[in-house]
This record gives sequence, structure tokens and C-alpha cells, in this order.
Amino acid sequence: MSDAPVLRMESVRKTFGGTVVLRDVGLEVAPHTVTALIGASGSGKSTLLRCANLLEEIDDGAIWLDDEEITDPRVDQDAVRRRIGVVFQAYNLFPHMTVLDNITLAPRRVDGVSRGEAEERARELLERLGLGGKAGEYPDRLSGGQQQRVAIVRALAVRPRLLLFDEITAALDPELVGEVLTVVRDLKDDGMTMVLATHEMGFARDVADQVCFLDSGVVLERGTAEQIFGDPQEERTRRFLKRIVEAGRL
Amino acid sequence: MTVTKEESGQEGADDNGDMSGDGDGYVPSRRRIEREAFKRARTRRATAIAALSTLVTGVVLYLVVVNAPGWPRTRETFFNGQYAREAFPKVLEGLWLNVRLLLVCGVAVLVLGMLIAIARTLRGPVFFPLRVLAAAYTDFFRGLPLIINLMIVVLGVPALRLQGVTVDPVLLGGTALTLTYSAYVAEVFRAGIESVHPSQRAAARSLGLTNRQALRYVVLPQAVRRQVPPLLNDLVSLQKDTGLVSIGGAIDAVRAADIIVGRSLNYTPYIVAGLVFVALTIPMTRFTDWVTARMDRQRAQGGAI
Repeated sequence: MSDAPVLRMESVRKTFGGTVVLRDVGLEVAPHTVTALIGASGSGKSTLLRCANLLEEIDDGAIWLDDEEITDPRVDQDAVRRRIGVVFQAYNLFPHMTVLDNITLAPRRVDGVSRGEAEERARELLERLGLGGKAGEYPDRLSGGQQQRVAIVRALAVRPRLLLFDEITAALDPELVGEVLTVVRDLKDDGMTMVLATHEMGFARDVADQVCFLDSGVVLERGTAEQIFGDPQEERTRRFLKRIVEAGRL
Repeated sequence: MTVTKEESGQEGADDNGDMSGDGDGYVPSRRRIEREAFKRARTRRATAIAALSTLVTGVVLYLVVVNAPGWPRTRETFFNGQYAREAFPKVLEGLWLNVRLLLVCGVAVLVLGMLIAIARTLRGPVFFPLRVLAAAYTDFFRGLPLIINLMIVVLGVPALRLQGVTVDPVLLGGTALTLTYSAYVAEVFRAGIESVHPSQRAAARSLGLTNRQALRYVVLPQAVRRQVPPLLNDLVSLQKDTGLVSIGGAIDAVRAADIIVGRSLNYTPYIVAGLVFVALTIPMTRFTDWVTARMDRQRAQGGAI
């Protein structure tokens, strides 16, 4: 893992109105690794991901994608977003389009791939994620787990350098969580670089190379999964994990 | 045994479901048969009451009108068969102009309204003047009474005697209608655009679509779909307001009636023209209802849209 980091954040600050959401965030994500962001609701996990994808403009600090500073105002933001895929908690599929059109929209309109080629790749990805028969369906005909897998395919279709997952299982019924997490595991095996904000601690422990505990807008503690879950150094991390264990979520 | 069977038959009860069974040996219970007999009786009673009250209201209205002291005179002036027959073909001929106006203005209104709505939703300081202009436009033309707008455009523009500017009352009238209705339709579109959840735009942008592409492929299709019923409603309204171009002298259905009234001093042609407009509007209104109902059904089936 001596390669240059795919994503690097330094002293990132973000406020909404008077509320400081990210105070001073630093983060490095090495290629082909999985980083899990954990922390209480409102600790800034989602905001961190939205800032990394330039959906939110940061107040201070800087973010690099493959050694290019993407927070430089001269950067073409649309081109940056194309290199970063995002999967949202609420799927955010386009309800007026079929599954296939959802997936091929960006490759066709942004990258100028022909319809035939885009659809071929989309079908291939759908097949791989066990959604082979769903290409012609509209999103509202699918279960939550299926919709979220389609959202993952949609993000993959633009061949992103980095994937951001924002609480992708939080809106799912418990029995559907597994099918989505399996997909994430497969992507890790393929060497995809991923950052995921999650409440699934067990999953974070299994799959993450690096775990970051966010608290009050800073990365309070970071380390391998064993370090964070096995031997947390910070009092707040310990308290957070204790609450999780008490709630039966670990 | 009967009790469990009865539960399974519950949802089919309204559409005369599987009273005869689906080959699973289901026999409707006595409870279900009684329940449905009661429902049928209740429906019959409600229908009878509705029919009776309609009839009574109709008769009362008829008697009040016919026994009014001025009725014989009114009937002669407003409901004269001979004038009706004379006016009908002329009014119909004039109506063709209204229909053409509706088609042309309808398209112009939709295009202009959409452009104004988009201008109003543009973000960023660069677009500030455009936003203000669009907002001022909708404020002004929604407030200005259509009849005054028509008079200003249809009578005012020719008075300027500008070279190369039309004085045709149909073109000018159509322009005035388009100006006013674009303001209404722009607001309908804007409401639609704003009703699309921001997460849809975020999803589109996260895929690398530009703001413009996100608007075109993701936001607008959803916005327009949602606004079909109110848009059709505005078109119905536009359809009857095409009758107002008659104030400039264009010979539409209203003006055709006007001419005969002026000659005969009998108002029957107005009634004919009014009924013709109603007849033209009804299919459009029914179509609107049908589209609305269909969309509601789809939404109910589809769940979250």
C-alpha cells in the first residue's frame, strides 16, 4: 500500500449556517482499500462524503483525488464527480426511467458511449449483481435491496476511481441488508477503492481496512478494524462502541 | 373452517370476486352473502335518493324560471329557435378561429411558460437579472386582467402605427393571450420543478451530469409529468378565453354571435355561442379528469414516486 492515496483530505471544515459539521477533518484512502466511517448520527459522516464528491462546497482545507486538488475552484467539478461514484441511503434512483435507463444515462450523456455499448455493459453488471431480469422494470417495482443494488450498478457504470457509500443499508429491511453487503464485499475483492459511512459495525469490522471514528466534526480515532473495535484508545470511541454493543448491533 | 375461508374472500367482495370459488372448494359463507346483500340494498337506496333530489331540484328551478313575471319576454329574447338556427352555422364557423387560436397559443404558452419557469429556477449570481426579469413577468401578467391586456395589445399596438408590425386583431389577440397564460403556466412548471426532491438532482450530479443535463433528463421529465393535470386545466381555461379576441373585431364564435345580435336585437346567438364553447370544453375537461385519475392510480400502485 505504498501507492499515492486515491483520496486525501486535509483540515476540511464545513459549516451549515452557524453549525460546524466538519471541524478539522483529515483522511487518507489508499488504492484498493475500504475505509469505514463510523460515529453517531450527526457526527458528519454523510457531510464528509458529500464534500468529497463536491456536492457540498467546503469552507476551508483541501481535498485531493489522485494528487489533483479537487477543491481548487478552477477544477472542472463535473469531471471530478464522474470519477467518484456515490450510492445514497435512499437509493435516489430516477423513478421515471427503467432500470436500464437509470444505469445508461450517465455513460451515454456524459461519456458519449453509444446506447448499444452502454446497455451491454449495464446488462453485464446487472447480471453480476443478480438483477439480470430487472433491466426493463421501473424502480418502484423492485424491493429496497434490489433498488440499492441497481443504484450500485448505476454508480459502477461510469467506471469510477472511487466509490462512496452513504449509509446504503440504513433504509433497508433487516433481511435485505445481506444482499447489498455481499455486493460490497465482491467489489472489495475486485479491488475497488471505497469509503463507506455505516452503522453496520459488524460489517465494518469484517470488510474495512481502515476505520475512522468521527466525533463532533473531527476524525477522533483511526486505525485498522482490530485496533478500533478491539482496543479503542479514546474514551469517546469506547463509549460509542459500548452503546452499539448494548443495542445488540455488534 | 368457514371463518378462515371468509377472510380470504374479503378483498374480492367489491368486484364480485370469487363467489363461485377458484377451484379451491371455496364456498362463500352466509355472513358474506348477507353482508353483500346489505351493501347492494344500501347502494340502491342511495341512488334512488340522489335521483329523486335531482328531479325535485330540476322541477323547482323550472317552475321558478317559467313563473317569473318576465319569462315570456326573456324566452323570446334569449331562447328563440329561429335565431338559434340562423346563428348556429355562423357561430360554428367562427369557432374554427377559436380552435386554431387555442392550438397555436397552447403550444406557444407551453414553450414560453417552460422557459420562464427554468429562468426562475436558475441558481447563481450570473443569472440574477434573468431571475428577476422572469419573476417580474409572472407577477405582472398574472395580476393584469386579461381583458385589459387584450385591449392594450389589440387596440394599443395598431395605434402606434409602427412599420412592419401587424395590426391583425387575431395575431395581436393571440399574442395577448399567450402573454397572460405563459405567466400562469410558468408558475405551474415552476411548482413542478421545485416538487422534485433535491436528492434527484444530487444523484444526477454525482454521476457527472452537468446542471443542465440534470435538469433536462432528471428534473424536468418528472416535473412535467406531475403537472399534467394543472396544465390541462389551464388549457381548458385558455380555450374559452380565446373568445375574448372578439373585442378587437376578429370574427370568432363570440363575434359571429355579436353580429347577429346587433342586427336583430335578440340575444339567442349569445346563448348558442356559450353552449358551443361548453360543448368544446367538456371533452377537454373529461380528458383532464381521466389523465388525473390515471396518474393517481399509477401513483397508488407505484408507491413512492
